Amino acid sequence: MNSRGLRSQLKDSVPVAGFCPQSQFGVQDSLRGGFSSVKNELLPSHPLELSEKNFRLNQDKMNFSTLRNIQGLHAPLKLQMEYQAARQIQRLPFLQSSNLALDTLRGSDDTIGFEDILNDPAQSEMMGEPHMMVEYKMGML
Amino acid sequence: MALSNVLEAPAAGFNFENSSSVPENNLYVRVNEIHQRSVVFSSFFFPSPVFYPLLQDGVVLGADTRATSSEVVADKMCSKIHYMAPNIYCCGAGTAADTEKTTDLVASNLTIFSLNSGRKPRVVMAVNILQDLLYRYRGQIGASLILGGVDCTGSHLYTVGPYGSVDKKPYLAMGSGNLAAMGIMEDGFRPDLELDQAKQLVRSAIQAGILNDLGSGHNIDLCVITDRGVDYIRPYQESQYKDHRTNKYRFRQGTTPVLTDTVVPLELEVVEEKVQQMETS
Repeated sequence: MNSRGLRSQLKDSVPVAGFCPQSQFGVQDSLRGGFSSVKNELLPSHPLELSEKNFRLNQDKMNFSTLRNIQGLHAPLKLQMEYQAARQIQRLPFLQSSNLALDTLRGSDDTIGFEDILNDPAQSEMMGEPHMMVEYKMGML
Repeated sequence: MALSNVLEAPAAGFNFENSSSVPENNLYVRVNEIHQRSVVFSSFFFPSPVFYPLLQDGVVLGADTRATSSEVVADKMCSKIHYMAPNIYCCGAGTAADTEKTTDLVASNLTIFSLNSGRKPRVVMAVNILQDLLYRYRGQIGASLILGGVDCTGSHLYTVGPYGSVDKKPYLAMGSGNLAAMGIMEDGFRPDLELDQAKQLVRSAIQAGILNDLGSGHNIDLCVITDRGVDYIRPYQESQYKDHRTNKYRFRQGTTPVLTDTVVPLELEVVEEKVQQMETS
């Protein structure tokens, strides 16, 4: 399941984007998002926010790096190729995919964590506008 | 520009949108808020000694039944001994919701494991899953747990702290009443206790916690796990301070007299009628 961390393998964490104001035209949406402050936008407001955002990426990084040390360069390369292939299996752009192949590769198909219970994307109340999403995916937008 | 209409699916798991950053000098206010939100199980449980090998091999877990929300008792009969597997039970102290949800999660994982592999889960497995989970959330999940169980390798007793620390001991106490309970345990524990003596020891330790700690109270629950099965005794000892209502407080029909009665009919008129054939083929 979780790799017992080899913190030495983690050279640099993945940079986090996405703290910009979320609204039309890039201006802070006070009605939905509350008042803005530069500090809130640059830094995360909860101690776990950053680590949770990058958790899966960091875990994969550590796993691949230990695998490389144990079995040589080819093992993580091959696995990463399979991950890339599994990541391509998606539904239409505006529908949620179950990511079953990716889950099976990762080994998280027989474990239950908070990400399976809380905030399930398959049950989110918002859906992207189908035409827009398809055009965005195609690069026409 | 039109990118605002392209939806980024929310990430699964915890959502931190509602948390606000608090400046350092308001740290006191923040701690206060957390307490008000949570119901804390002030408790202590206990686990008990491994019996002398020639006798039964097992674990005795005990807990009180009080859940508090700051100074008010939120639940007089809460159940703090949670099920994890048919041979593993867990006592939880700390934030009530956190202990319940975390134990449920681990129980689900253990069930999946035993369905996949056809084997009974071991206590170390539950401990490892819990430790990983709690360490990942850096203590934000306020669950201090004592796990006890009997598996193919024998009987075990572990404690997992909210930050992910694990300890394996013959006897343990956790929660707000653990000081009082630990005193009794240290005094009375022998490596070769019989089942009844162990139950008495656990009972006395929890009683000490109930009497000397405000966060613990009411009944005592016991859970005895042996290789032959689980005996969940709820309650093992009832509180002597039960409230007896002297009167019945239900009012019979007609106690309140009706003075006036006004009926206003709501008039609706049909504006438009449309009939649409339904495709039933």
